[in-house]
Order: sequence, then C-alpha cells, then structure tokens
Amino acid sequence: MQSNEPLARRQGHFAILARAALAEVEAILADAPAIPPFSVLKQPETGTIMVEGRAGGGGRRFNLGEATMTRCAIRLEDGTIGFSYALGRNTEKARKAAVLDALLQNEPPGGPMHEAMRRLADRQQRARDEASRKAAATKVEFFTMVRGEG
Amino acid sequence: MAEQNAALRKAGPADAPFNPGIGFSDPVFQSQAAFRGILAALSEPGTIHDLGSFAPCPAGLEPATAILLLTLTDYETPVWMPEALESGEAGIWLRFHCGAPPATPGKASFAVAPAGEVFPGLTAFNPGNELYPDRSTTLILQIESLTGGDMLDLEGPGIPGRRQLDPRGLPPGFLAGWAANTRLYPLGVDVVLVAGSRIVGLPRTTRIPAPAPRT
Amino acid sequence: MYVAVKGGEAAILATHDLLAEARRGDPAVPEVEVAQIREQLGLAVARVMNEGSLYDRDLAALALKQAQGDAIEAAFLIRAFRTTLPRFGSSLPVETSRMAIRRRISAAYKDLPGGQVLGPTYDYTHRLFDFALMEGESRPEAPQAASPLSDTMPRVPDILGAEGLMEPETPPEGDPAPFDLTRQPISFPADRDVRLQSMARGDEGFLLGLGYSVQRGFGGNHPFAGEIRMGEVSVEFVPEELGFPIDLGEITLTECQMVNQFSGSKDVPPQFTRGYGLAFGHSERKAMSMALVDRALKAREFGEAADYPAQQDEFVLYHSDNVEAAGFVEHLKLPHYVDFQGELELIRRIRAEREARLAPETTPIQEAAE
Repeated sequence: MQSNEPLARRQGHFAILARAALAEVEAILADAPAIPPFSVLKQPETGTIMVEGRAGGGGRRFNLGEATMTRCAIRLEDGTIGFSYALGRNTEKARKAAVLDALLQNEPPGGPMHEAMRRLADRQQRARDEASRKAAATKVEFFTMVRGEG
Repeated sequence: MAEQNAALRKAGPADAPFNPGIGFSDPVFQSQAAFRGILAALSEPGTIHDLGSFAPCPAGLEPATAILLLTLTDYETPVWMPEALESGEAGIWLRFHCGAPPATPGKASFAVAPAGEVFPGLTAFNPGNELYPDRSTTLILQIESLTGGDMLDLEGPGIPGRRQLDPRGLPPGFLAGWAANTRLYPLGVDVVLVAGSRIVGLPRTTRIPAPAPRT
Repeated sequence: MYVAVKGGEAAILATHDLLAEARRGDPAVPEVEVAQIREQLGLAVARVMNEGSLYDRDLAALALKQAQGDAIEAAFLIRAFRTTLPRFGSSLPVETSRMAIRRRISAAYKDLPGGQVLGPTYDYTHRLFDFALMEGESRPEAPQAASPLSDTMPRVPDILGAEGLMEPETPPEGDPAPFDLTRQPISFPADRDVRLQSMARGDEGFLLGLGYSVQRGFGGNHPFAGEIRMGEVSVEFVPEELGFPIDLGEITLTECQMVNQFSGSKDVPPQFTRGYGLAFGHSERKAMSMALVDRALKAREFGEAADYPAQQDEFVLYHSDNVEAAGFVEHLKLPHYVDFQGELELIRRIRAEREARLAPETTPIQEAAE
C-alpha cells in the first residue's frame, strides 16, 4: 500500500487547493524557490460539471444539476505536469494551482511548500470545526419531565 | 488501485516521455471557426474546405483530423481509432485534450481511420437507429489526397445537379460500401474525408453513382 | 400570408435604458453589490441556482441583481449562460451520508444517533419584524459548543432499513449513468432519474402546491419528515486524463427523506416507503416538496391508482419547469396582430351569418308581439 502514498498526498493537495482562495495559492507560490519556466498544456477554462446524486441517498443515480468548474494543465521544463480542477470560475487561481501541483510533485514531503499546504489545510479544518461547533450549539438536549410518583 | 497508480505515473514526473501534445491555444474562437468549416463541408458535399494549420500533430493524425477531434469530441462522445493509434501518441492526446473515451467501432460517435491502416468497412460502424438516426458514427477518413484520383460524380442534398470530386487513396471497396450506406437512409454513417488541413464532407445523403468507364 | 412588420427598434432600445434606470432605483441610495446579495440573500441565491440548474453563488447573485430580484427571470439568465459553457463531465454521486452537517432534524425519531441539530432555521422564530435590521450594520455572533458534531450522522432511512421495514433504495444492476433531460428528450412513463432531475430544476412554488395537494388527500399518502439535513458535501470528479478521483471542493446541499406508510400489496409486505428530495443550497421547502411529489409519482411502482395530478408524471414533469412555463405564458405578449385580425374577421362573419339566419324567424314574432 506504500505505493499509494504519493497518490493520496496529491489527491489531498487537490482538495486543499480547490478550497483555497487565490491569495492563499499566491502566498504559497511566493514562498516557493524560484518558479521554473513552464508551458500551458490546457489553457485555464471554465465549464461545468454535472453533479450527480442518488435517489434516497444510496439508490439510483440521477442528475441534480450542474456546477461551474475551472481546469488547467501546465508542464514544467523537466516534463512534470501540473493540473488544477476546482469548482467556480477563477481562471487565475486555476493556472497558479496547476503550477503549484507540479512543484509539489517535485518537492519531497516535509519541504517548505508541503509545510505551507499543511498550514493551509489546518486553517480549512479550523473553519470547518467552527461551523460544526456552531451547529452543535443548536443541538437539542431532550430531558424527560417527571410524571408523578409511584 | 493499480490503475490509479499507473495513471499517476503517466501524468507525473517519473515517466518524462509522457507528452500529451498541444490543444487549441484559443479554444472558443478556434473551435467556432473549425465548426463553421465542418458545417460548410457537410452542407455542401464535395466542396473542399481548409481548416487551417495545427502543429505539432500527434503521430498518425492529420492536422484537420486533430482539429475535427478537438472541435467535435468530448467526454460524451466515444471515439474509435485503430489499435496502433489508440495505444500511441494519438490516444494519449485524445484522452488529455478531449476527454473522449475509447470505443469499439459499433459504439463510436466518432471514428478515425487513417490511410494505409486496415479499414474495417463502413458496416462496422454505428448507423444509428430508427428513433435516433443522428446517433450514428461520424467517420473521419484520412486519405492520400482530396484531388488527383478517379473522378467521381456526387449527387444529393446540398449539390445543385452534380458535383465532381477526385479523391486519391480511398480504401478498397469504399464506393460499394458507400452505395450500401446511402441505401440505409435515414440511417447510415457520415464521412469526412481528410487530407492534410483540408476536408470534404460526405453525408449519408450524398450518392456516388458508379463512375463511367474511362476511355 | 405572412406579413413582416418592422419598427420599434428605437422604442426597444429606450426600454433597455429605462429598465436599467428602474433597476437602479433611487440613485441617492447606495447600489447593492453582488457580494452582498450572495452573502445576505443566500436563500434567494439558492433558489436561483436550483431553478437555473447551475451551482454558482456569484452568478446567481448577479442574476438576481440584474433581474431586480425576479427569481424566474434570474433562473432564465443562468440557464442562458449555462448553454455557453462546455461540460467537462459528471461528478461521482455525492455522498450525503458524509455531509458536514449544519442542520439535521428528524420528525420521526427523537433520539437518533448524532442528535437533532436545529441549525440556522426560521422554524422557531416568532415571525415578528426585527426593526433593528432597518438600521443596518449588525455583527451577530453565534455561540459555539465545546466540541464539534459527531462524525457519525447516519441517514434515518438507513437506520430503519437495517430492520427491513423500509423500502430499500439500491442502485439498479450495473449502476447505470443517469438520463440527462438537458441532452435527450424525455418520454413517458418517465423513470425515477428523469423525475428527480426534472423536479430538482423545477419551480419551488409548483412543487410546493403539488406536495400540499398530496397532504390534503389528492394523493393519499401520510408522510413523515424522516430526516432533513443541510450542510456541505464534497464534489468528486474523475478526469479522463488522470483516471483517479479529484475533490473539486464543496457545495451546500439540502436533503429530505420523507417516510410514508404503505400497507403492502400482493408482492410487497407492509413497510415504509420513501420520497426523496435533494436541492442546492439551503432549500428546505424545495427539498421537502420534491420528496412528497417523488413519493406520489411512485404510485405506478406500488400498484396504486394514479388519480391525482401529483401522481401523474407527464403532468408534473411537463409543467414544473418555470423557465419553459414562463416562456409559453409570456409569449402571449408577442405581437399576434395577424392571428387576432383573422379571428376578428371570423367572429364578424359568423355574427353576420347568425343575424341573417335569425332575421326571418324573429320578424313574425315581433309582429305578433305588436
């Protein structure tokens, strides 16, 4: 299973970058050692993805409706290909996230960009946590009234 | 899981030779311009239309074929190519830029048949069905040249009277197959002949009477 | 004969300017920003995303601004824009069981695992005006519990399903790709996937009315809100060029599972049956209405008589799309001068014929009356 680690790590990066703001992606790139030249394989392009659901949550698939998404692919001079796929219409973020994906593939885990990604992931987790704790504050605590004795 | 790892390696740094080639640099305008050309070719069968240059082309594909595929195919249009193309540069390029899945000839929305390859014959492809004749295969047939071969007479919708075309390098038996294909109407496959950057449309409605014996 | 009439260009151009001015309102009042609509009119944004059938909060907010808050006009704008975008593919089916919950209630089970989480709801408000909102500038802050919600929030029908008392919902053989009514014409009887897609983009008001009709006896079901949940769900996609799933980010969804009594048939033992609703954003009324009508539309599958509108797929599916409906109703505004002239002349002629026919009969009576 060890061989799946790079894949799982890269999938994690895609998820983090999809949820990141443009400024957050730029901040990580700004901290990166010089960005090597790259060519754009697929221009940043906005389209849609059809979001599928399942009847009853677990049954037959159906089309719920579309969502906007933007994708991009670049290639570094050494041949590494970086992709970006995320909901929304931010083409600038797509280009930069694709570059970051390529750079992260070439940096060993624990490197500065990986560390910056981890901190970004922590921030995202804290935001999720906060939303969950606010929801938890509205959780009903039932109690039973005493109905009389004997 | 093994598949996923293979895919990761394919798109990762480990295999440097992986090269998906290029797509349109300006997808909206290039595909619209190409679409206009394809529309003109299929609505006026037998007329030659130049789709412009495209380089570098994946090995085995003509520039016009690449432009046709970029313009017309996506993840919802399965594409058949001969094994040699499918497993080579052309297959990788098609997956990467169009997202079109591979298919058997009978299930393909589009098919690419290059000159020199074994041509499976028109009946191998999907002629559509009575409810949806439009769901047939559109065959991109790469030939030696659109001119300089035997002169053919073309008749049918989009042709005032007759139009002449002299393609060179049609696969053996193509004309007999084409006659059978036109008899399937409203079913049948549509063909786009390709040589270099130029195309000619042969929709299923275009009849090609047997050429008069040469004198 | 067809008579083309030209003219009106200047008048039409002037309507554009007048519309822009009407949209802007009093220039002394600050202009509303798209971001303000997105953040502060979130429920209207959700409705436009559902009926426009495109999840993009910024675009829905822009549509609302451009349409002066007319939800159907806004949905129309979204639909028109969508047609200009290429589609990159279909997502993996969303996993609502892994939703990051912000609201989750059940009217059927008090003590369900994970608890009843009320979330941001109007249900317990007093429907009294808050005049403080007229003053603007508020910074409310919600309290936080010491710990987040449990990760285990099973869907209620899954709990009942474990006992075998619930109609199972499992993928059909081979888990086929769903029908897409934006690509293919629908035919009847329509399968469940067609019905659900159609309702997901259908008009909330229309579905609400139909759902209500079911409850009032025009459909004969006795529903319980088995579960309603709202929160964020990841959208996953497998790009053809990568071959492994990518998490594209999150969307907000509302899901409703209606539970209905079913006394059983020759082949099916008595059990609970299900109606399902799923909608973009926080759209509870929409999801509930959809779930009621979904169950009603299962009438044929359960061998029930389809006597009422909500049980008839052709009626429901052909009339739920408000962009289509508005288009057909509002096309009556287009010039029908020639049609009308034709009818006018027809009526005049019939009238004249009738008078001519009646004239000899009435004359003697009038004479008699004298």
